[in-house]
Amino acid sequence: MIKAILIFNNHGKPRLIRFYEYFAEDVQQQIIRETFHLVSKRDDNVCNFLEGGSLIGGSDYKLIYRHYATLYFVFCVDSSESELGILDLIQVFVETLDKCFENVCELDLIFHMDKVHFILQEVVMGGMVLETNMNEIVGQVELQNRMEKSEGGFSAAPARAVSAVKNINLPEMPRNINIGDINIKVPSLSPF
Amino acid sequence: MALKIVKGSIDRMFDKNLQDLVRGIRNHKEDEAKYISTCIDEIKQELKQDNIAVKANAVCKLTYLQMLGYDVSWAAFNIVEVMSSSKFTYKRIGYLAASQCFHESTDVIMLTTNQIRKDLSSPNQYDTGVALTGLSCFVTPDLARDLANDIMTLMSHTKPYIRKKAVLIMYKVFLKYPESLRPAFPRLKEKLEDPDPGVQSAAVNVICELARRNPKNYLSLAPLFFKLMTSSTNNWVLIKIIKLFGALTPLEPRLGKKLIEPLTNLIHSTSAMSLLYECVNTVIAVLISLSSGMPNHSASIQLCVQKLRILIEDSDQNLKYLGLLAMSKILKTHPKSVQSHKDLILQCLDDKDESIRLRALDLLYGMVSKKNLMEIVKKLMLHVDKAEGTTYRDELLTKIIDICSQSNYQYITNFEWYISILVELTRLEGTRHGHLIASQMLDVAIRVKAIRAFAVAQMATLLDNAHLLTGNTQRNGICEVLYAAAWICGEFSEHLEEPMVTLEAMLRPKVATLPGHIQAVYVQNAAKLFATVLRGHEGVPADSMVAQETSQLLIDRLPLFVQSSNLEVQERASCILQLVKYIQKLQQKDVEVAEEVTALFAGELNPVAPKAQKKVPVPEGLDLDVWINEPPSGSESEDEGRKSKGKAVFAKEESRHTKPRYTEVDEKELAKRREVRKAEQANNPFYIKASPSSQKVYQDGVGVEHIPVVQIDLSVPLKVPGMPMSDQYVKLEEERRERNKADKKKKKDKKKREKGEKGRRRRGDSGPESEEDITPAHMVDIVTEEMPENALPSDDDDKDPNDPHKALNIDLDKPLADSEKKLPVRSHRPDEVLKSPMEDRQVVEVVPEPKKKTGKEKKEKKDRKKSKEKKKKHKQEEEEDLMGAGSEEPVQPEETKEVAAPPPASTPEAAAAPASTPRTASGMAAVAPDSEPEEAKDTEPEETKSSTHKKKKQKKEKKKKKHHHNHSDGAGDESVQNGTVEEEEPLPPMSNYALLAENSYIKMVCDIQGNLQDGSQVVVSVIFENKCDSFIKSMEFNVLDSLNSKLQRPDGAGPHDGLIVPFQLPPGISNEARFIFSVQNIVMPQKLKGTLTFIVKTDDSSTHEKLDFKLHFTCTSYLITTPCYSDAYSKLLESGDLKGCSLKLEGVNQPFHHLLARICFHHHFSVVERIDSCASMYSRSIQGHHMCLLVKTADQTVSIDAKCDEPGLLGNVLDEIKLTFSQC
Repeated sequence: MIKAILIFNNHGKPRLIRFYEYFAEDVQQQIIRETFHLVSKRDDNVCNFLEGGSLIGGSDYKLIYRHYATLYFVFCVDSSESELGILDLIQVFVETLDKCFENVCELDLIFHMDKVHFILQEVVMGGMVLETNMNEIVGQVELQNRMEKSEGGFSAAPARAVSAVKNINLPEMPRNINIGDINIKVPSLSPF
Repeated sequence: MALKIVKGSIDRMFDKNLQDLVRGIRNHKEDEAKYISTCIDEIKQELKQDNIAVKANAVCKLTYLQMLGYDVSWAAFNIVEVMSSSKFTYKRIGYLAASQCFHESTDVIMLTTNQIRKDLSSPNQYDTGVALTGLSCFVTPDLARDLANDIMTLMSHTKPYIRKKAVLIMYKVFLKYPESLRPAFPRLKEKLEDPDPGVQSAAVNVICELARRNPKNYLSLAPLFFKLMTSSTNNWVLIKIIKLFGALTPLEPRLGKKLIEPLTNLIHSTSAMSLLYECVNTVIAVLISLSSGMPNHSASIQLCVQKLRILIEDSDQNLKYLGLLAMSKILKTHPKSVQSHKDLILQCLDDKDESIRLRALDLLYGMVSKKNLMEIVKKLMLHVDKAEGTTYRDELLTKIIDICSQSNYQYITNFEWYISILVELTRLEGTRHGHLIASQMLDVAIRVKAIRAFAVAQMATLLDNAHLLTGNTQRNGICEVLYAAAWICGEFSEHLEEPMVTLEAMLRPKVATLPGHIQAVYVQNAAKLFATVLRGHEGVPADSMVAQETSQLLIDRLPLFVQSSNLEVQERASCILQLVKYIQKLQQKDVEVAEEVTALFAGELNPVAPKAQKKVPVPEGLDLDVWINEPPSGSESEDEGRKSKGKAVFAKEESRHTKPRYTEVDEKELAKRREVRKAEQANNPFYIKASPSSQKVYQDGVGVEHIPVVQIDLSVPLKVPGMPMSDQYVKLEEERRERNKADKKKKKDKKKREKGEKGRRRRGDSGPESEEDITPAHMVDIVTEEMPENALPSDDDDKDPNDPHKALNIDLDKPLADSEKKLPVRSHRPDEVLKSPMEDRQVVEVVPEPKKKTGKEKKEKKDRKKSKEKKKKHKQEEEEDLMGAGSEEPVQPEETKEVAAPPPASTPEAAAAPASTPRTASGMAAVAPDSEPEEAKDTEPEETKSSTHKKKKQKKEKKKKKHHHNHSDGAGDESVQNGTVEEEEPLPPMSNYALLAENSYIKMVCDIQGNLQDGSQVVVSVIFENKCDSFIKSMEFNVLDSLNSKLQRPDGAGPHDGLIVPFQLPPGISNEARFIFSVQNIVMPQKLKGTLTFIVKTDDSSTHEKLDFKLHFTCTSYLITTPCYSDAYSKLLESGDLKGCSLKLEGVNQPFHHLLARICFHHHFSVVERIDSCASMYSRSIQGHHMCLLVKTADQTVSIDAKCDEPGLLGNVLDEIKLTFSQC
């Protein structure tokens, strides 16, 4: 089971939080701070697993994270998840974001938290991994977006605003994130 | 209209959307909070508008603010509104917001039930999908119960997208509503073979989660998973399955054997590291489960260790970490194979990554042996010096102490070395673990007698150099060691070379800056030292000056402590000061006082086991819960204050548990105890005894005297430049061992020449030197901790009682009863409306205590095929049973109302009952058609716990938890609910199960209950218990029908045919079956003769046996507990249709409420009203006769006035009540 998914930037600003267990808002913030504190002091070339962190703790739980450019993607999982599997899942998730946002950068996450949530919902549901096949995920997300569009969209304005903001050049996340270091074959599920 | 729309959309243009909000927050960095609060005000305005688009926009912004830590629960209702929008765009936002901020105590959740149900059945798959996703985050027990059926239907949806979501969410539903697990499980199992890989993966996921918590219920799925494992190519699925196998193998070693081969193949073939790693992990689990007597698996271990070594050596830190993690698992069972990689692990201690270092430390803990302990610790000490961060250094410190002290100092051969390690550790500044070091020092000094002299010398040095440790007491936890040092010096002061010096050191003015509890110890032990000094110098005339000087020293210095703000210090100091003053007077008169002063501190101290207090058995006849005095009323807070105070005193005492002296225990007693202890120690394998070999060493001169204490220059400050002193011991120890070995070698050489090479190996080679070769440096007398006499064994169970997964410990192999196949559906079943709400209550009631059920169910393992054939036969029976079960429960009018209230429609509510009863009924009555012998054996321990019926009735009643629980619950409830009784005292356990018949093979107990649904039926539940060591099968139950009562046989059976009991009984197992009888006349009690025939099957033979019995249908068994309102009751009495009768019972000395409970329980009455010692009760027969009782009690006399419309029945019931009370 995944207990929580946190995305925050290099300064600890939350970009997306998703708890699969109830915590009050102030506790959530404290968890984010603490997790950021733990993760941020680690070099990039140390392992991606962390034990401890009192709030999310319990001996069964681990933090598994990846650091991409300006963002940390942190998953808190228990022992029923494969550590390397989750690392790979983070990779899949980020690649999916990359596809959906076309060159995803922190700004996409900042301004489209809702969309990131919708994408995440296709990957993890209620703390359990729902889908690991990127094409499948992207396909479902796109179908839903199309549906939204056919309903007239949420609003037209954001699109303009976003394009305006996107021109501000903020550090982009690396396009091709180093996939080679962990040698998990992303399961080749046959599309249906 | 059109204008309004236009206006609305124009308004909207000025609303901020999410992006505007984010941008605004970014632009208001300095007054973010203020900006956000204005935004929230705007949002509140927007939420008030009718336009759903505006609301959705507002909710979307709230979701963002929630992420920033703002509580948005106030908008919960608006979120529900947005969720129920018909547009997918808004619905999705609503569900997202709900999933972020709803939780179980959000009250609006209950408004969502119908909306969610609507969305789940929406033709649009994405509406359904969004609802499922949202629900997965905020599902509550109520939602789970209400929607379980809808979700179950979705598991067979045509779209795989929905199927996989529905399958996944079932896990959450199970957690919240465990009753749904059994009905849903077959379908879930089907999904393991779903054509869509996503669905399949989801199903595997869910089952793995379930199985992880309660693996034994899923053993039967092993073949299916095995097939999946060999056929699947999906690594995610493979990993999950392999992990699952890891959880299953400890329960079924045969599975492990089967797994080894395919797993090894996978290890060799896969390129995916994650898969490889999980395979290795599971192989390790298999090996652990097979660890005994499986020599031919050493190849597998080698393979695992090899692969792990590759992982650890990999440059990828993640793999390194995981390799170490898995290595520590092997270590537990195969330490040898890991120890050969010590070099690699020690290398990992140098890693820059803290996670890896910590893992390596964990491994080291298990790798130490007598041989390498010193070396490993030396290495760790180096790291302690290097470590910068205090957390890691503290971790190192605790690890060193853990490693050394593990299993009662098993690996320490030289305690002087250990003491010096501890002393070296005191140099760590700013560590939090001062108390840990201190407690080690105390422990070693107390328990290792041989080391005391050395320890005292070291501690004296520490005290002398206390200023080095107390640099900054505020942040320095290390000064705690002074506590230990002072105590050791005081307690074992006879070993001190210069007690005067130490005494002086303990009374320096600087001591007053130490924490109070340490000062207190200083003062107390100064007194002990004083006693020692006196004893040392008295009698010798030249020294009497010294003694007097000492007194003067104390008198000079103690006033400082008398002024202490710490109460403890002050009290002790002033006490001792007066004492010393008195002694001084005596000294001046040349009176010898040393002996008397020493007597103050005489007696030996022994360590007390930490759990000793807890284990003191409660003496017979002492009830700890009884008040000694009546509690003062109304002063709750004061009371509490007193309690906590008492607690604090106790805790304080405990922390100084080394203090108390046992001088008042007379010598004889002490001697006796010592004798006993010695005898005990002689038999204790962990007690290091003076073995012949160590004796020899002792003679060889490497004993205590030989350890050159002088080598350590005690006068220099602790930080010896150059080589730390523990190193000297390492060297010494090496030398000693070498010499030792050489000695041995000589001896051996004389005998056998060929073993000569052994001795030449050096330390560090993982040479063949065996543990036994290393003898302790000195006789180590590790004093065992004292325990009270008759200490109770067994520790408390540490299991978390709140674990939600407990509830999911449900047997899944048992085929579903017909009625169980569906989850509770809230649909109409009008003919049963009358009684069903109460059954619904039952369902609710079961939720908090599902555990009870499982024991029962476990034994209901059935053989699938057989049960299919038999299902028809039992169907009818079961249905009857359910009703029987339902009607046993007292109907509670008030509760009925409550339950019926919340959901919108009360009739569907009612109808949920029939479908849900099977769960309860089967739980309660365990209709178990077939139990498969082999599987039953596997789970035997638990089964016997819950279902074996001991010969003694009382015992049986205790075990038979389920039944009497339900009954007595019912009875208890009643008196509380209907009457005015306040039940405080627990009711004695009661059971209606009476012995039916018994022989050396089998025992039958039965309970007879009327059936409300059918006025002419009685349900007999019989528990069969196998008492012999053989298998009992082919049981046939037959009864000679009378004119009045007939056993109901299946259609087509002749009137004299027996009923086949639908299960077999392995040895020691019991199970329950139900039989229906039809009766015509219920006025008279009945007796029916019957026979049980069965086959007893042993390994080589089988014999036919039979057992005759007599079924006694009392009139009570025709009564059904029925509640009655007091107004209805009085009307009934006024009607004049009832005829009276009365009964007097003498000498009943039970409490009145027990008496009532007994009548309720044994005779199926319910309390209508109770006033003081008078109660009215009501019951109804299956044929609708009313029966009213008025029970009064006074002076051990109970009078019962009864009225009933059938005098015959009444008379018989009263006779039975009389009988009940004459029996108890």
